[in-house]
Amino acid sequence: MVTTTSIRPAKTGRARNGPRDDTRLALLFILPALVGFAVFLVWPTLRGIYLSFTKFNLLTPPEFNGLDNYVRMVQDPVFWNALKVTLYYVILNIGFQTVLALVIAVMMQRLTQRTWLRGIVLTPFLVSNVVAAMVFLWILDYQLGIGNTIIAAIGLDRIPFLSDSAWAIPTIAFINVWRHVGYTALLIFAGLQTIPETVYEAGRIDGAGEVRMFRSITVPLLRPILSLVLIITVVGSFQVFDTVAIATRGGPVDSSRVLQYYIYDVAFGRFQFGYASAMSVALLAVLVIVTFLQYRLTRAESSDLA
Amino acid sequence: MITFRQRIRTAVALLTAAALTACGATTGSSANGTIEYWLWDSAQQPGYQKCADAFAQANPGLKIHISQYGWDAYWSKLTAGFIADTAPDVFTDHLSKFAQYVDLKVLRPLDDLGPTGDIEDGDYQPGLAELWKGQDGKRYGAPKDWDTIAIFYDAAAIKAAGVDPAELQTLTWNPQDGGTFEKLVAHLTIDEKGVRGDEPGFDKAHVKTHGLGSEGSGGGGWGQTQWSAFTGSTGWQATDKNPWGTKFNLDQPALQDTLSWYFGLVQKGYMPSYEEIGGANAIGTDKQIQSGTAAMGLSGSWMISSFTKLTDSAGKKLDIGLAPTPIGPSGKRASMFNGLADSVTTLSKQPENAAKWVKFLSGEECQNIIGQSGVVFPARPAGTDLAIAYNKSERKLDVTPFTQQVVDKTTFLFPVTTNAADIAALMAPRLDAVYIGSSPVSSLTKLNTQLDDLFKVAQ
Repeated sequence: MVTTTSIRPAKTGRARNGPRDDTRLALLFILPALVGFAVFLVWPTLRGIYLSFTKFNLLTPPEFNGLDNYVRMVQDPVFWNALKVTLYYVILNIGFQTVLALVIAVMMQRLTQRTWLRGIVLTPFLVSNVVAAMVFLWILDYQLGIGNTIIAAIGLDRIPFLSDSAWAIPTIAFINVWRHVGYTALLIFAGLQTIPETVYEAGRIDGAGEVRMFRSITVPLLRPILSLVLIITVVGSFQVFDTVAIATRGGPVDSSRVLQYYIYDVAFGRFQFGYASAMSVALLAVLVIVTFLQYRLTRAESSDLA
Repeated sequence: MITFRQRIRTAVALLTAAALTACGATTGSSANGTIEYWLWDSAQQPGYQKCADAFAQANPGLKIHISQYGWDAYWSKLTAGFIADTAPDVFTDHLSKFAQYVDLKVLRPLDDLGPTGDIEDGDYQPGLAELWKGQDGKRYGAPKDWDTIAIFYDAAAIKAAGVDPAELQTLTWNPQDGGTFEKLVAHLTIDEKGVRGDEPGFDKAHVKTHGLGSEGSGGGGWGQTQWSAFTGSTGWQATDKNPWGTKFNLDQPALQDTLSWYFGLVQKGYMPSYEEIGGANAIGTDKQIQSGTAAMGLSGSWMISSFTKLTDSAGKKLDIGLAPTPIGPSGKRASMFNGLADSVTTLSKQPENAAKWVKFLSGEECQNIIGQSGVVFPARPAGTDLAIAYNKSERKLDVTPFTQQVVDKTTFLFPVTTNAADIAALMAPRLDAVYIGSSPVSSLTKLNTQLDDLFKVAQ
């Protein structure tokens, strides 16, 4: 798209010199995005990496302290616990979300053509994370929440959804599944649209049922889209913060202290921006590795449809 | 004529300029005579607005703009303000925070500013002004008020239990059997079937009203409204010296036995559990008494106006009474003695004007206005007397349980240390674990080592 060959007769005097060069104009168009990318992404990342080798409280100049922050990180049980808690959250969140989204997407495609029904699935995504967390905080409150009132009314014991260490992470994972499942389903739904109807027709002629077609046609042909969706959602899931900050603040004890929340707390609560940067670099490394593995394992770059 | 290319160039330039100015726009401290002042307690804002109006009248050309943010948002906003140069000129400071701000060099020593250079320790309740001096001996805050701890109770619940309110004035406790205090707490506890906590057949798993409300584990503020009155009445001190302690005493039996008894009240059903009060988003004892889940609770003097405004579900005012903290093993009662002060930030572009306002806030006129609004006890004795009188005449409330502790010198000071943010970050989860019951009290010995280590690194 960048270079187009002029087929007009040599009237402008430019076509004589070969294909028209649009590089400068293209650069000009890319520039705004590039400036944003450099200022808001590349520079902060590089500076963050630099800060991870310093002692820095943001108000006085950073002091270089070598690998101190990384040594401390390796020895910090709260960091390792945060990593474990985050991983547990990602597994629960992504596991339920992907399966549920896949089911919803397939139902949207195979069972209904109604736009408003498809639209409803997306509505939770229109609610902000903070609002969703607040609403669920009220619904699930141990004493006053309507959720627990109903549980108590049918004769069961109240459940401390957000104030018990065993329940906290599953509850937070569930809140975020509720919010994101529609969006994920929509992405998968878009992928489903690319599978030609003829393949299903062929399947039906061969006598395959819906379940068999789902396993042998839908899932294999959906793989590239599915892996893209997984990469996006896993990276997002690792960065869970707002729901935790609103609903549990890392508690009870450390049971929901996910990495992002711990980083925030160390930086803005305890003024240790150097150590917080080191942990952010660790999170960056984890995400790079996870994404790379996912990309490789799911062969996201090739499609079976070709 | 402007070519297409030129047009794009202009557009890019405009965009960049817009982006740059958006980044550079600042609010907050300015030098135009408006002094930005922050506080966190909404109940105190009307009183300080009156002070601000009086100040503006006395100082033509100067104006005060008050902003109020809730406790949690307050400190994160203030931190962000220091970083982004949008901090206020003057802000209400807390003893648990000011040492850190001194270390971060964001507070101006008041001695170096003209108007506040002559603040006298002796003008305030004894001990208050000295608390606000840094390790360098300089004053970083001008005292505005003080607070102590007492028991708030629902008079109706006491009456229904057949208890004479006079009994509440002479309660005793000890870490072994809890003394007359625990007996009262047990008696005030009622399960869902109406059985009291000291009667046979009491179901501790299904309690309707707890005898004692809970303000959480107290890990974030040395148990100020939780267990500090109990540990204090054993003679226990949090640090080796106060202020500026560097060794901690969480490994001492006096503390561990007391906490073991205190959090044991949860297991007995006498005090609400971590889940019941709402975990990380806990409700205070005022709301617990209002909703009937607690009959009484420890809280601070700054909560008087909130408690006396409580209404039942029908909108009728609750009758709230006050009792002093119980007498402990030391033979005396105890209360933490804490105070707030106003600090001037180094980011202020008009430090002399800011100091004028701080001087006014800590002066007689403003503290009398605050005393007459009856929300807190002003730091000056005359202001304190006005607050006592206000409570007596307007609220029919005898606040002696708060003031007597100061008269009898049974108070101890809030532990002032450096590294306060780290201490709170380490303590809060560990004490939560003890409150929940997932860690034994003895786990605090390890916590104590961690706290001590904090100061080895720092030095």
